[in-house]
Amino acid sequence: MIALQRRANPSQLMGYLAPLIAFALTLLAGLLLFALLGVPVFEAFHAFFIEPISSLYGLAELGVKAAPLIIIGVALSIGFRAQVWNIGAEGQLILGGIFGAAVALYFYEVDAWFVLPLMILASLVGGMLWASVPALLKTRFNVNEILTSLMLTYVAVLLLSWLVSGPMRDPDGFNFPESRLFHDAALLPRILSGTRLHMGALVAIGVVVAGWLLLSRTLLGFALRVNGAAPRAGVHAGFSQNRLVWVALLLGGGCAGVAGLFEVAGPIGQLLPTISPGYGFTAIIVAFLGRLHPVGVLFAGLVMALSYLGGESAQITLNLPLAVTGVFQGMLLFFLLATDVLINYRIIRKQAS
Amino acid sequence: MIDSPENSAPLVQMAGISKAYPGCLANDSIDINLDAGRVHALLGENGAGKSTLVKILYGLLAQDAGSIRWQGQPVEISSPADARELGIAMVFQHFSLFESLSVLENIALGMDADADAVLKEKIISVSTRYGLPLNPDRSVFTLSVGERQRIEIVRCLLQEPKLLIMDEPTSVLTPLEVNDLFTTLSRLADEGMAILYISHKLEEIRKLCHEATILRGGKKVATADPRVESAEGLASLMMGSDIPVASTRERNESGEPMLVMSGLNHPAQDQNGISLQNINLSVCAGEIVGIAGVAGNGQDELMQVIAGEVLVSNNDAMHLQSNAVGRLGAGERRRRGLCCVPEERLGHAAVPTLSLTENVFLTAHHRKALRIAGLVSYRRSRKFATEIIDRFNVQCNGPEALAGSLSGGNLQKFIVGREILQAPEVLVVSQPTWGVDAGAARAIHDALRKLADGGAAVLLVSQDLDELMQISDRIGALCAGQLSELHVTTDVTVQQVGLLMGGESLESTANSSSAGVAS
Amino acid sequence: MNEILILTILTIITAATPLVYAAIGELVVERSGVLNLGVEGMMLAGAVCSFATAHYTGSGMAGIVAGMLAGVLMALLFAFLTLSLQSSQVATGLALTIFGVGLSALIGQPLVGIAFDGLPSLNIPLLSNLPVVGQLLFSHDILVYGSFILVAAVAWFLNKSRAGLVLRSIGDSHNAAHALGLKVIRVRYCATLFGGACAGIGGSYLSLVYTPMWVENMSAGRGWIALALVVFAVWQPGRLLLGAYLFGGISILQLHAQALGINVPSQLMSMLPYATTILVLVLISRDRGRIRRNAPASIGQAFHPTT
Repeated sequence: MIALQRRANPSQLMGYLAPLIAFALTLLAGLLLFALLGVPVFEAFHAFFIEPISSLYGLAELGVKAAPLIIIGVALSIGFRAQVWNIGAEGQLILGGIFGAAVALYFYEVDAWFVLPLMILASLVGGMLWASVPALLKTRFNVNEILTSLMLTYVAVLLLSWLVSGPMRDPDGFNFPESRLFHDAALLPRILSGTRLHMGALVAIGVVVAGWLLLSRTLLGFALRVNGAAPRAGVHAGFSQNRLVWVALLLGGGCAGVAGLFEVAGPIGQLLPTISPGYGFTAIIVAFLGRLHPVGVLFAGLVMALSYLGGESAQITLNLPLAVTGVFQGMLLFFLLATDVLINYRIIRKQAS
Repeated sequence: MIDSPENSAPLVQMAGISKAYPGCLANDSIDINLDAGRVHALLGENGAGKSTLVKILYGLLAQDAGSIRWQGQPVEISSPADARELGIAMVFQHFSLFESLSVLENIALGMDADADAVLKEKIISVSTRYGLPLNPDRSVFTLSVGERQRIEIVRCLLQEPKLLIMDEPTSVLTPLEVNDLFTTLSRLADEGMAILYISHKLEEIRKLCHEATILRGGKKVATADPRVESAEGLASLMMGSDIPVASTRERNESGEPMLVMSGLNHPAQDQNGISLQNINLSVCAGEIVGIAGVAGNGQDELMQVIAGEVLVSNNDAMHLQSNAVGRLGAGERRRRGLCCVPEERLGHAAVPTLSLTENVFLTAHHRKALRIAGLVSYRRSRKFATEIIDRFNVQCNGPEALAGSLSGGNLQKFIVGREILQAPEVLVVSQPTWGVDAGAARAIHDALRKLADGGAAVLLVSQDLDELMQISDRIGALCAGQLSELHVTTDVTVQQVGLLMGGESLESTANSSSAGVAS
Repeated sequence: MNEILILTILTIITAATPLVYAAIGELVVERSGVLNLGVEGMMLAGAVCSFATAHYTGSGMAGIVAGMLAGVLMALLFAFLTLSLQSSQVATGLALTIFGVGLSALIGQPLVGIAFDGLPSLNIPLLSNLPVVGQLLFSHDILVYGSFILVAAVAWFLNKSRAGLVLRSIGDSHNAAHALGLKVIRVRYCATLFGGACAGIGGSYLSLVYTPMWVENMSAGRGWIALALVVFAVWQPGRLLLGAYLFGGISILQLHAQALGINVPSQLMSMLPYATTILVLVLISRDRGRIRRNAPASIGQAFHPTT
């Protein structure tokens, strides 16, 4: 019989190896899935993983998709380190998009330098506002933040749907549920001509560096880590748990809000009923896959972005349903959680008694 | 009915029992015989191998070598179920009880019976017969520690065992509860039950037991008749050459009051908590004040209030060097010279998954300038961690070892060292030597004494009366959230402290010796 | 008017039933000390498998069984990861939901736009002919009756049976239970699989009865509401039934809002169940003592038998 034996110390080697093993297992399972779906395995593999990044445009698209995942993923991983389970980043992203778009539409056709910074600020506020609800309810009324942040995501989706079909609808849009196209001053500058890569990619890298600095070198980051690993020790050291809950949620909300703005002011350029293909949820996977470490999140974000591109590419070339992406993401997270066992445990063969 | 006269073999014969763990031989070829109708003491320091031996007997561990005979027949005990089958029952030091379930349900779970009226009747009859009052319908979380122990004992007795193993049963009881327990155990032995009684407390063994097996360092060093042998004789057998010298030092001349609590009240945080009521206490520079008390009488709450983990409503209820600090947070109190060592090492005093270096930063950054320009300096933290490891002789793989990888005693030395080397004006420690081996305990006591001699005020909260009598200058006790008056330690006896622990005042001792303590 | 009222009550029952199933399953899971946040994913898997089976076989019963099995398989995945491989219950539950959303969308791709007849009503002879009462109480499909029986059975199991006592004790303290020789892991596996089966049936109800077709993501957060319901019910089956019907009532309010003359955009009406969930959680959770007394003490913690 196979049994698990706890290691005296967590294995560092396995800490690095586990994500790679998980990735390899996901690829294998993916091939199996393709075979089950009755599509040629290697063509599908090529369409999913190679084709999307075999051109400069493709690589730029990878950056476009990875940027929001990384920005949110870093913030979530900081929160998860503190055991604050904000899983409503999708809703906070939507609110950020709405707030940013409101500024853009308010200053419609105003050609001023301040429009874009104001939009970013508004999106920050929007995301934080949405995240402050679970924070308030958690700290004041002891309400589980998982359920509230998630419920608020559904509310946010409906709110956006109402806004684009009502108050924020394009007056000349033949009643289509979408806003006006943003004016140039309200669009993000592109950083690579001929592609859609925008400055969000640079922000993402900045967020990774800032997140790393915060977690590893500041008292606040230390407090967050201690709160997650041993809450009572944090209290003993004088860290306020309520304050940390607020910090973690506002950080997640703010980053998600900005990521939402980068979507509407970047690749989309207007407010639509759907402004994210589930970045807020995928960022949860990104955070775990990146080992809740900002640098890990950077790589995990790229891998997850590839799964989006792969899904789209497989849809076009092989007519596979887009949902394959979600299955891939779920499988990757499962395999990662399963291989994580190797960090703290050793697999031994036990004689049946 | 329990032992037949023609069966002359001992009830249990354990012969040549050995058990090795990586790096230590816990049991080295131990022989022990247990007879029906006798209370047999298993005596030894922490780490002498007592727990290992009884776990083997109860089927929780398998021996590497040696044999067990039951009523003369060789037996294999490979699980607690096997042990129970034979007629062995055990009351553990740490109870395995379910807080949210009733007494009845708890007992039913332990003995594969239904929680029905029949069982309820049995519980009531056994508990009244042996003087162990219990209400079967109460939820466990409403019960005191003594009552919880009764559940365990009743659960064992309902199985009508031939051998009852008691693991350090008195460590959680008041002196009065101890007396009641001894009455029960003596009656059980008189009725023919064999009792294996594990302890390191000499006086109680001399009072209760017919025979004693003494372990030291995994070896059996002697068998003795504790009714004949003196306490000193037993102690020297138990500790070898390592007998602690009874303290004969003079009481320190104490200086200015450093930590003062006056009329401090703090309501319980939840149903299971204890309310602190009208706590008056002053600890002066140069002295160690000891607080005795049975676990769960407000020690945790008092520690939290002093450390600043929870704030009292009245800022003036607590003063630190004549500044009111009742509303100040834990960090600010540290900055002002108040350091604390809470009882729980892992998860409260230290983070098991962080390195020693990081654990140093955890509580020392207020006083030791471990940040440069606002950023964590791991270099300085590591240096301080190394200093603690050297000065307190902490056995570990250097300052980057995870706190969780250290043994209990070494981690405790590290934590105490971390606070002492911050040169606090006031140090508050809870249970500093709980589960720590004798050598480490002495090192910790010496360090506390030295700190006080250097002019700091030390408050020591402990359940270990020997420890308190040995190193504190003044002593008091917590009972149900109230603190007794303090007495100069050399003026009181252990028995008198026991009365304080039961919530009585020393002025009224004459007529209260027979009064029962509310259960 | 009477007709409208009866119709309203019938729709409330339809809306509440899937919640009852999903929540009662999760209640048992949590009482054993396991927190499975993947209810949403298990419901979706149940919904799509159930619909596919019912569509291809033409049998509603086969569909229900398929939905139940799908839920069990999903729960097995969760149980294996969290109970055998010690993974984080929170992370694994989230993964289960994300995976379930993707997987059900993939399986359901060819089923979009197909309708199903729904489950037949089981009219109780004679009783169903009674005026009003007959229609309200005695002419439902099998799953509605089943939901009430299930809740009663779970209540009996938890409070009266020995196995239920064992399950509760494991949820209270897995270490104490292990010390008594109780099979912690085995009991938690059983509870988790039971939770999966219930969530799967809840999903079946959505795709076979509530809206008898397959729509991507059709559970629309009901799995999460079920989790909130367990908290609302402070882990008591009776209160759970009450809560589910309360939510059922609120969620059908939007359908009848226009008829009642309430002129609010449909999106805002649709927010009601989610907003109510938050409100209810606040009302229940702010009594910390109550939550602490009733919540299974070892919930969400990994257990590894180390002696």
